[in-house]
Amino acid sequence: MSVENPQAAAGGKIVVDAIRKAFTDARGKQLPVVGGISLAVAEGEFLAIVGPSGCGKSTLMNMLAGFEQPDAGGVRIDGRVVTAPSPKGIVISQQGSVFPWLTVQQNLMFGLNGTEHAETAQERAELADHYAAMVGLKGFENAYPHELSGGMLKRVELARAFIVKPEILYLDEPFSALDALMNLRMRNELLRILGEERHTVLLITHDVEEAIYMADRIVVLSPRPTTIQATFEVDLPHPRRIGSPEAQALREAILAELGL
Amino acid sequence: MTSSNSRWDGWPGRVIPPMGVIGAIVALWWWLVARDDSAIFPTPLAVVTGAWELVQDGTLFEHIGASLMRVGIGFGLALLVAIPLGLWMGWVTPAYRTLNPVFQMLRPISPIAWIPLAILWFGVGNLSPVFLIFISSVFPMIVQTVSGVHTIERRYLRAAANFGVPRGVLFRQVVIPAVLPEVIIGMRIGIGVAWLVVVAAEMIALHSGLGYLIMDSRNAGNRYDLVVASMVIIGLIGLLLDGLTRLLERLKTVRWRYVR
Repeated sequence: MSVENPQAAAGGKIVVDAIRKAFTDARGKQLPVVGGISLAVAEGEFLAIVGPSGCGKSTLMNMLAGFEQPDAGGVRIDGRVVTAPSPKGIVISQQGSVFPWLTVQQNLMFGLNGTEHAETAQERAELADHYAAMVGLKGFENAYPHELSGGMLKRVELARAFIVKPEILYLDEPFSALDALMNLRMRNELLRILGEERHTVLLITHDVEEAIYMADRIVVLSPRPTTIQATFEVDLPHPRRIGSPEAQALREAILAELGL
Repeated sequence: MTSSNSRWDGWPGRVIPPMGVIGAIVALWWWLVARDDSAIFPTPLAVVTGAWELVQDGTLFEHIGASLMRVGIGFGLALLVAIPLGLWMGWVTPAYRTLNPVFQMLRPISPIAWIPLAILWFGVGNLSPVFLIFISSVFPMIVQTVSGVHTIERRYLRAAANFGVPRGVLFRQVVIPAVLPEVIIGMRIGIGVAWLVVVAAEMIALHSGLGYLIMDSRNAGNRYDLVVASMVIIGLIGLLLDGLTRLLERLKTVRWRYVR
């Protein structure tokens, strides 16, 4: 999608500058997790970050989204240093965080407290219903999460993120808790919504095919302390076919980088 | 939930077995008393006749009303104190560190131990039992509310932080509903202890209430039929109070805690 080389683009939407992060283990030993990562993500780009499990992907995501601060280096969004999470970048993670005590509609309205989205409660409810319909949850507005399936919960989570019009979506293995079929279905669903409302997307995953299916660019991380090992442009038209020779060749190349 | 045997799920399955056990206990009681030809221990029939006497002269309802009123006031006050205090202690760690040891020390002291002090401070009017009920039910409810706050899953707090909602919304839509199931458990414990304590407190002093009825029946002519009748009524009302608090578990906003 993004034709220009984002690295060369002036600044970029997200600029990560040599960030490092170490944790202290129980014995007081320093455990470096992220070992110096620099990258730039262009506005509207879909970037996938692939890496072996336990390599520090989630730590990286936490720093990008502002939940953790790097020990060194910095993350800038639109030129401003990220110091805390903000509704400009919404995180969707594997475990999900739809509030079980709120109905679907109340969940969707949760982030709409600022007046920039909707003035009245009536408008907020209408907006919520519009987004519920967009993710295929029409008729379930007043259902509670425990009455929904795993796939429907993910849709609620996506809608709750899209409704606040975030500039960036941080997806941390968003569909990996779903069964294989629902996983595939949600990929298409996500791409369809992104077709309607373009966002900058950062996808963290261990699923190479998922990355190839959706991303414009794929960054492969090394084991801990993680650094960028390789970058692949995915120059294939949508809808992509994983079985196509180009996609398979790309998959082989990425798996080779991962040592498989 | 524990049994998948659908034969036990309907109301007959829930009502008939416990009624059977109660029936067996009454039968055994009757048989034992009849066999020993006890002059002082009443038969079930004598108990029912005695209770009917109290119903007819209206004193039974006066005693029940007096006990319930004391429980209502003491428990209500405890609830008003315990919920805000528990939320605050759960949320603000220094408050927890400061107050928790004090409450953990006060909590194991039997409410009965407070009776002499209660009489000294509040005399033998209504205030003493109200104070004792307050003391007995406030601590379990504080502890339960605090533990409710402490066990809120991090993913929900992270989501709230991500959407950047104001503090009021955070409390109204995340913290309080997340804690509510735990508060209801605290209320069940609290109302149980309160009912236990009111009867004990009324046995010491006062001129009304079910506890007073027990002592008075014994002192005024060894009316053991009325003693046992009071005990049965106390048990029945305890069952009713627990049932009423359990109704709270049916609230839609707390259902999530009890499914799955």
